Amino acid sequence: MMLELRGVHAHYGPIHALRGVDMAVQVGEVVTLIGANGAGKSTLMMSLFGLPRASAGHIIFDGEDITGLPAHAIARRGIALVPEGRRIYPRMTVLENLQMGAALADPLNFEVDLQRMCALFPILGERRHQRGGTLSGGEQQMLAIARALMARPKLLLLDEPSLGLAPLYIRKIFQTLRELNRDHGMTILLVEQNAHHALRVAHRAYVLQHGSIVLAGTGRELLASAEVRAAYLEGGQVR
Amino acid sequence: MALALQQLINGLTLGAVYGLIAIGYTMVYGIIGMINFAHGDIYMVSAFIAVTGFTLLAALGVSSVPLALLVVLVVSVLFTSVYGWAVERTAYRPLRGSTRLAPLISAIGMSIFLQNMVQLTQGARVKPIAPVLIGGFDLLTIDDFTVHLAYSQVLIILVTVALMLAFTFVINRTSFGRQQRACEQDRTMTALLGIDVDRTISFTFMLGAMLAAVAGVLVTVYYGVVDFYIGFVVGIKAFTAAVFGGIGSLPGAMLGAILNGLIEAFWVAYLPPEYKDVATFAILILVLMFRPSGLLGRPEVEKV
Ligand SMILES: Nc1ncnc2c1ncn2[C@@H]1O[C@H](COP(=O)(O)OP(=O)(O)O)[C@@H](O)[C@H]1O
Ligand SMILES: [Mg+2]
Repeated sequence: MMLELRGVHAHYGPIHALRGVDMAVQVGEVVTLIGANGAGKSTLMMSLFGLPRASAGHIIFDGEDITGLPAHAIARRGIALVPEGRRIYPRMTVLENLQMGAALADPLNFEVDLQRMCALFPILGERRHQRGGTLSGGEQQMLAIARALMARPKLLLLDEPSLGLAPLYIRKIFQTLRELNRDHGMTILLVEQNAHHALRVAHRAYVLQHGSIVLAGTGRELLASAEVRAAYLEGGQVR
Repeated sequence: MALALQQLINGLTLGAVYGLIAIGYTMVYGIIGMINFAHGDIYMVSAFIAVTGFTLLAALGVSSVPLALLVVLVVSVLFTSVYGWAVERTAYRPLRGSTRLAPLISAIGMSIFLQNMVQLTQGARVKPIAPVLIGGFDLLTIDDFTVHLAYSQVLIILVTVALMLAFTFVINRTSFGRQQRACEQDRTMTALLGIDVDRTISFTFMLGAMLAAVAGVLVTVYYGVVDFYIGFVVGIKAFTAAVFGGIGSLPGAMLGAILNGLIEAFWVAYLPPEYKDVATFAILILVLMFRPSGLLGRPEVEKV
């Protein structure tokens, strides 16, 4: 088991954002979490790092209870997040952004990993001395993914990586995720509001609603589910 | 003409001292968005360590000026960086995540605490030391006015330039500097990349304190007197310099400090000297009216 949440609750002051979430991610799996805006998806991702700290329940990563550890200590155990809104460093160059991603990795791997990222996303190699803030949204998303991969994580988390991107970039990103999983065995937990692509790459999926898991199944099962279709796939959201 | 040249030298010297202190203000502001009002007092503490150190070394019969300077600098930088660390640890970190005003008040409290501590232990009177570095160069004489460049001024300017270069290198080229800049841009993201943000903030305080410590030692050599109140006056001037140049910007702090030093020196030479501080602040206000983010500061709007 790579990651397990047992009855996790989280609060922002009086707001009860997670209400007893149980879920699991197996080694080598792609798991997708879908849910409407405000369902608590981002909160769930961030609470893995203790931001906000789980007010009840336990988070087990790679056999260790990481609930209550500081964020940087959790990252060091091998979890990397591509956060909502990308959060690349706008006033650092592409190269420096990647160096930040590799801050904890073995420096001996840096050149190899950098070449790997430039092969995966050639645009990053071309723009390596350009400031992050000058990249387009899709390029920034690639940079955020590459930055996360530079840490050689055991578990890769992505929070709405397709949000606001052109279809071309969306395809590229989902194709990359699929390859990372298939060819490199990367374990991935993916959060999406646009469920179509996300459910197709997923081995398993969960639906989050008002801070609780209301549905779970294989990606294919959820794609076929009437409830999911009505709530997350139709109404102009299919791409 | 000769007077102008003299004041250029004096102004640059003053500006160098302000610059060393201004960096501490601007870096701390950059990383946690607060004004560390106790920073000027860190400089004052260093000046007192320098007085004690020079007096002690003289009593021990150390006559080599470079040796005495080196020993005092090292001791003062070590002590003062511990002070910088302790101030952040005790007065600011517990308040992180509370209101913006709380750490500000805590900083003012810390400033008063440091002043009173030094006043109580060292006495309220001005403390002089035997001159450490005497003499200088007479550069040129025009109409009976001789332009003088003291050795202590050469020392201040050289040390400051060297430190600024080293410091710029650390911030722009080393992994610590990169992490420091990363924390400035997005602290949460930086923690998610596995960086211990609290430790980076501690280092930032220590680094700022070290530079202020050097300023404290240099000023003691230059003026030969210190009192427990210098931290406030010089601190405010250096803080003004940081705002002038654009708070949060390192080149801005250096530029603002040099301009502040020059304005002060030229005002004293040609205009009523008792208004020199009024002039400094008036010019600051003027600059901020037209450029609210300071000379080299970033406008607040940039956010991705
Ligand atoms: N920093 C915050 N402070 C207070 N409330 C928040 C914060 N972030 C999210 N929330 C609230 O928590 C709930 C879940 O939000 P979020 O996890 O961002 O949802 P999602 O990512 O699924 O759109 C929402 O009601 C939101 O308003
Ligand atoms: Mg979200």
